[in-house]
Amino acid sequence: MLHKETDIAVKVANLGKAYRIGIAEVKEKNLINAILKAIIAPIKNFRKIKSLKKLSSTTEGKDVFWANRNISFDVKKGEVMGIIGKNGAGKSTLLKMLSRITEPTEGQIELYGRVASLLEVGTGFNPELTGKENIFLNGTILGLTKKEIEERYDSIVEFSGIEKFINTPVKRYSSGMKVRLAFAVAAHLDPEILIIDEVLAVGDAEFQKKCLGKMQEVAGKEGRTVLFVSHDMAAVKKLCNKAILLQQGKIIYEGNAVDTVNYYLQNAASIASQKNIDDKLVKGNKKFVITNIEMLNADEQIVQLAESGKDLLLKLYYQVKEKGPDPIVIVKIKNNLEQILFTCLSRNSYNGIMQLQEQGSITCVIPKLPLLSGLYTVDITLKYSQDLTFDLENIFSFEVERGDFFGTGKINADMMNGMIIYHNWKVE
Amino acid sequence: MSETSRIHTVIKSGSKTSLFNFKEIIRYKDLLYFMVLRDVTVMYKQTVLGFLWAILNPFFQVVVFSVIFGTVAGISTGVHGLPYPVFSCLAIIPWNYFSTTFSASSNSLITTSAIFTKVYFPRVIIPLTPVFSKLVDFSISMIMLAGILWFYQYTPGSNVWLCFIPLLIIIITAAGLGMWLSSLVLQFRDFRFAITFLLPLLLYVAPVAFPASKVQEQLGDTVYNFYALYPMVGGIEGFRSSFLQEVIFPWKLVGISGASALFIFITGSIYFRKMEKHFADVA
Repeated sequence: MLHKETDIAVKVANLGKAYRIGIAEVKEKNLINAILKAIIAPIKNFRKIKSLKKLSSTTEGKDVFWANRNISFDVKKGEVMGIIGKNGAGKSTLLKMLSRITEPTEGQIELYGRVASLLEVGTGFNPELTGKENIFLNGTILGLTKKEIEERYDSIVEFSGIEKFINTPVKRYSSGMKVRLAFAVAAHLDPEILIIDEVLAVGDAEFQKKCLGKMQEVAGKEGRTVLFVSHDMAAVKKLCNKAILLQQGKIIYEGNAVDTVNYYLQNAASIASQKNIDDKLVKGNKKFVITNIEMLNADEQIVQLAESGKDLLLKLYYQVKEKGPDPIVIVKIKNNLEQILFTCLSRNSYNGIMQLQEQGSITCVIPKLPLLSGLYTVDITLKYSQDLTFDLENIFSFEVERGDFFGTGKINADMMNGMIIYHNWKVE
Repeated sequence: MSETSRIHTVIKSGSKTSLFNFKEIIRYKDLLYFMVLRDVTVMYKQTVLGFLWAILNPFFQVVVFSVIFGTVAGISTGVHGLPYPVFSCLAIIPWNYFSTTFSASSNSLITTSAIFTKVYFPRVIIPLTPVFSKLVDFSISMIMLAGILWFYQYTPGSNVWLCFIPLLIIIITAAGLGMWLSSLVLQFRDFRFAITFLLPLLLYVAPVAFPASKVQEQLGDTVYNFYALYPMVGGIEGFRSSFLQEVIFPWKLVGISGASALFIFITGSIYFRKMEKHFADVA
């Protein structure tokens, strides 16, 4: 029995975290009430700030929001576990509890071994200090001792590749150099349990590759346990043994990494779309709202997954309150690294002037979808003039399935990157 | 490695907290060292005069105090033949240490929220950093004190070594108030404004421009004893007295202030420990 205990590196039981969110205040109708309200405001503010801390597992109410609830899982020593889910699913809150930054409202976490958590690269970097000074400061913030940093110092500097500038203040560094130095420190933490957030999503492709390589090296080491939050499904599949899928603060799927990612992707559209649209309706500007988005195939049937090489219709149901002449609709398609792959700009591609009603729908037709399999997000902009522009960022995300883009009967291979461009070969 | 692999951490809601987690602070002592080093290195970066500021700043204060309080207002030093500049310099230097530490420490959590919402380490290191880093300024301004003593040909008595006792009281007070105020400021930003008007008031009340004995003369013994509950009374009066050969070291005053300082420090660390788990949520 004792042996089994030591096999576990992370044990999470019934974990939950509640936050208080603001409730809309009642507007005062007259001056007297408004003055009265201003007078009692200090008392009210005091209670409000006080109540931020008074949360227990029994706390319920309109203004209580559970960012995580009933989270339980075990991670064995040497396992690499991925944590996936949409934005707002509770991944970051879970990581913050695991790294002791914020206290859980209920449940408990047990960690066996030295923990290092990387929610950000370069935490505590001071621009006035030199690279060398920052290595020591950042290293100690991340939990290393002076002696440990001294032992690793040469290796850190070499990994960062900025030996020449190590005695230069960091404020003179390019942002790339800063990230490289920060990651070099992080890569040398060598903990038994490593908790990392999307740090790999920063930097250029080459740098990401290097980080992934280092991650793999850490994960491959004997007895190293890694908890890894990412939107990059390929990386999760590649690096993790197992994964959990979070939705609205709860685990909705748990299993080996490939199964979990597949489950997520198959349900991505339904997990993602409706929730996100609702959110935008609440907090977005109310003058231009997208009330619904439908993905249609060439036969105008609603689909949950888009297929590479097939026609895709994005049907946007809108409401406009404030109008101007000559509207331009812009649809941007972004990949999971937030890079814009292409933009559909109605000014160039729509023949004539768009006439928008107060409400209606616009359909953007993309013939022969040139996207590879993966998760994509959409930004929508309605522009009348420079001053009258409505931006709706990340309003919708959709999943693309592999397909026969070239009509050769061959499905796109996984090895490709970027987008698909139609092309021919000539062999002589 | 075999030893570290036995580390077992339990994280749960409302877990019991000890008064002061020495084990953890010792584990992170290097972080405290580098935070202090950062403060000291960054403070005078890109200035022409650099550490000279640590001398110039109190020097001008001594000049103004001597002209306004010493000459214009004619406040007596309470000791026959003691030049007013020597008298005020001996109070201004420890006061400056206290006030700079107090305000830096109180605002420390707000200014470092980007760090502690991303990484875990004992949070108490944050308000304690200025307590140590401002000692560097303090030590440098002691050079000015030496200069003034030399200028007035004043030789300190043999009790000088006693100055470490009031100095310790001032350090403990600054640390205790720093822990109190930093966590209060983070939750209630009102305290930020309170500190700005509180500091000058605290300066007027402290025996900087006048000797503490004046309070005893004018207001009586009872008030005098209560007066000593303000730790800077024993701190400053004690610090000054230890340098003056004509004055007996005010043990009683220092004792009362010391007890009061300890009280602030202990309650401060209790309050900080109690609140620190909410910091990331309210920051």
